[in-house]
Amino acid sequence: MKKSKILGDISSIETMGLVDGPGIRFVVFLQGCPLRCKYCHNPETWAKTNGNVKMTPEELIEKVLRYKNYYGDDGGVTFSGGEPMVQKDFLIECLKLCKKYKINSAIDTAGSTADYSEILDLVDLVIFDIKSYKNEDYKKITGRSIDNSLKFLYDCQKKNKKMWIRSVITPGINDTEEYVLGLKNFIKDLKNIQKVELLPYHTIGVHKYKELGLKYELDGVDDMDNDRCVELQKLLNNR
Amino acid sequence: MDCYRNFKGENWKNSINVSDFIINNYTLYEGDDEFLVGPTDKTKKVWSKCEKLLEEELKKGILDVDTKNISGINSFAPGYIDKENEVIFGLQTDAPLKRMINPFGGVRMVRDSLAAYGYTWDKEVEEKFTSYRKTHNDGVFDAYTSDVRKARHVGLLTGLPDAYGRGRIIGDYRRIALYGIDRLVEEKKKDLIKLEEGEITEDKIRLREEVSMQIKALGEIKAMASSYGVDISLPANNAKEATQWLYFGYLAAIKENNGAAMSLGRTSTFLDIYFERDLAEGTLDEAGAQEIIDQFIIKLRLARHLRTPEYNDLFAGDPTWVTESIGGTTTDGVPLVTKNSFRYLHTLINLTSSPEPNLTVLWSEKLPMNFKKYCAKISILTDSIQYENDDVMRPLYGDDYAIACCVSAMRVGRDMQFFGARCNLAKSLLYSINGGVDEMKGGLIVEGIDKMDDEVLDYDKVIKSYDKVLDKVAKTYVDAMNIIHYMHDKYAYEAGQMALHDTDVNRLMAFGVAGFSVAVDSLSAIKYAKVMPIRNEEGITVDFKIEGEFPKYGNDDDRVDSIGVELVKNFISKLRKHTLYKKAKHTLSILTITSNVVYGKKTGATPDGRAAGVAFAPGANPMHGRDESGALASLNSVAKIPYADVCEDGISNTFSITPDALGHNEDERITNLVSLMEGYFKQMPQHLNVNVLNRETLIDAMDHPEKYPTLTIRISGYAVRFNRLSREKQLEVINRTFHEKI
Repeated sequence: MKKSKILGDISSIETMGLVDGPGIRFVVFLQGCPLRCKYCHNPETWAKTNGNVKMTPEELIEKVLRYKNYYGDDGGVTFSGGEPMVQKDFLIECLKLCKKYKINSAIDTAGSTADYSEILDLVDLVIFDIKSYKNEDYKKITGRSIDNSLKFLYDCQKKNKKMWIRSVITPGINDTEEYVLGLKNFIKDLKNIQKVELLPYHTIGVHKYKELGLKYELDGVDDMDNDRCVELQKLLNNR
Repeated sequence: MDCYRNFKGENWKNSINVSDFIINNYTLYEGDDEFLVGPTDKTKKVWSKCEKLLEEELKKGILDVDTKNISGINSFAPGYIDKENEVIFGLQTDAPLKRMINPFGGVRMVRDSLAAYGYTWDKEVEEKFTSYRKTHNDGVFDAYTSDVRKARHVGLLTGLPDAYGRGRIIGDYRRIALYGIDRLVEEKKKDLIKLEEGEITEDKIRLREEVSMQIKALGEIKAMASSYGVDISLPANNAKEATQWLYFGYLAAIKENNGAAMSLGRTSTFLDIYFERDLAEGTLDEAGAQEIIDQFIIKLRLARHLRTPEYNDLFAGDPTWVTESIGGTTTDGVPLVTKNSFRYLHTLINLTSSPEPNLTVLWSEKLPMNFKKYCAKISILTDSIQYENDDVMRPLYGDDYAIACCVSAMRVGRDMQFFGARCNLAKSLLYSINGGVDEMKGGLIVEGIDKMDDEVLDYDKVIKSYDKVLDKVAKTYVDAMNIIHYMHDKYAYEAGQMALHDTDVNRLMAFGVAGFSVAVDSLSAIKYAKVMPIRNEEGITVDFKIEGEFPKYGNDDDRVDSIGVELVKNFISKLRKHTLYKKAKHTLSILTITSNVVYGKKTGATPDGRAAGVAFAPGANPMHGRDESGALASLNSVAKIPYADVCEDGISNTFSITPDALGHNEDERITNLVSLMEGYFKQMPQHLNVNVLNRETLIDAMDHPEKYPTLTIRISGYAVRFNRLSREKQLEVINRTFHEKI
């Protein structure tokens, strides 16, 4: 492969992702995120660069291709983060290579950056992490306004992108029927939605805050009860 | 009635050729699992009696021992579980789970095992046996060289079959069903006459004696069957008879021998031919068909051998490795999947999950998707299947091979194996640094190696020294193996099993290595980082200081994975420099089962940062926690180790995953597991154990074994009951890399 000059800043790679998109997926966690979600379990990806692995798009896709046998009909590569669209130029080159090698691509995004038009033209699936459908809650969780994310969502709709919608359920923040019913109402008129998933909040990433010398805002909040989350998911799925 | 009615083909009638019979007559099944049925009342009654006995056995360690008789094909009165409800007959002794004494391998093993469980050997029998009979173990120690003794003492060579049966031999038990005993005797007699031609050399004398013993053994199998009121002189006439005839062959093997692995072979598709004929003739329905299989499997689950607790330490969980190979394809690539392939796996539902028999699916890209999905479904539900790559093994062994033990392939009835346990590659590496002195027990074990006093280890220097050590280890290892198998043939010959092989059998001598990933990572550390030995007063390394990063095996990184590939290639070429007993062919495995714990215990700190005494990774697995790029990277690393011409005795890879990580619901889990195996096996590795379980389940099972009576997990190439493992081993299993979602 010809090497391009753009270098991606990669936080980590998970070769066997089975829950971030359909099938077996190679998940790339890219550095950089404009949001500071209180429950984020990957705070190490916030900074745009952290001195971890740097690779060209070609080098990354070479790795992705090593696992092509596993992808089958549904699987492929998922760009996550961080906010994968922060490294827009790198991402675009990667997505072009995915097209070239016929690898299904997905981005796991909150839609919080601008200038994503070309990305949407190239990517096969958008996994949209909806922090909240209400501006005040969105702001409480992420520290930013919802406007950009909403615009992103409607642009995806305009371009007829296939989408998954995911929302983290956190005790004391949005683990209520009211939130779930509101979410249901919010997405009922959206099209091309293949899956809506509630993800239970967990504390697996908390130790990272300490290591990074960051304050953890949700100290003392327990893991979201799995069974309760399943109940809420049922409520969401019921027609 | 004509036993061969409606069967096609002629070759198999003219000579002993089961494979030809199968290819000519089997019915491929590509449908799903809808046709399967539950257990019959008879099966339920028999199994519920067994369950009670198994529970009692678990409490007591062993249920009972016959201290008066000595193992043999026809040494015991017939035994029953619940005679009127049993469909398939035959037990090892006169009662279920009652173990036999087999002193031919060695008497100390017998005495120790009995003592450990509070039994004593019948005085008269013991006196007679020990006064008049020499054992395999006696013979071996008469001949062992001082190098072998030293290597054994420090654990450079471990698990050698020098005090019990070697096992790993698969009789072609199907031959009894297809031909009947009389025809088999007739053929062996013909062979014996052929062996009168020409000069009667030592080789020929030995073979003539063996064939004569085989003929006698066939007579004993017939007599044993007859004690159950069954005449197996002639070919089987229907499905039930075929299963019963075949089982008597296997039963004879486990009455005669106490080998570590007493595997069954590849029987499901063979038997299916009889099942299909009965179903077509209207003499059998699906309930009846499943009943025969369920009851056959119940019998296999009751196979037991008398072992010492120390043996159990090495091969945890009282395993018998009744390995049955299912699936695969013909040499033309047509799947060998039949309804019976499903019925065998379905016993895991009808009779609940179980580690034995060791159900092994021969995976091929060409297997029907319905069968692949069914396997994945049963794996997720019961965790009791292992997978081996037919697309890798078929080109070497054709379409009628089977797996012995965990990963050892051999053509059924055509090949046999001289089992050889394994040598410790990590310890060997330490010898190359310590001048051949053992780092744990002291003492010069490998002579002619220079001691290194470098402050920082030099890769080229270490490699050169390691090469020299491995030369000597290979020589000592071959010596040990030649002595062991010479003596085993002499004092504990498996006449009953060898009677079900071709007379001009092809022999494989299976060498093995332990500590593979530790040795590989250690070499990588020396090459890519700065490794400084910390030495004691005698100049022996007790630890290593490592500065800098180095690539680790298990991350799909060619820089280190290639070190591993070179290591095994190098070692097999060293073994091949030495001639083997009975002109056997050298093979090599990377398979440590659970003994990786014991090997680790006996090995000092290594240059990869592993502390002294810490367990090795099992088989060819990367060390726990060192696979940093996720599970597929780890699988890809293992897939690079060459099978053909290098590790032809198998490369074991254990993979654990929690159900949550595999997908959100059953359908997703099945689809993902199938994709995972498709993807892995396409890269042409040989083996994969799949553990689908929760870490929490295991932790809970450790503290409350009573809550999980059937919790089965796979360790390396076989499955065990979790609650039969020692706590240490349970912890080790739990600490192994779990691929959980984050």
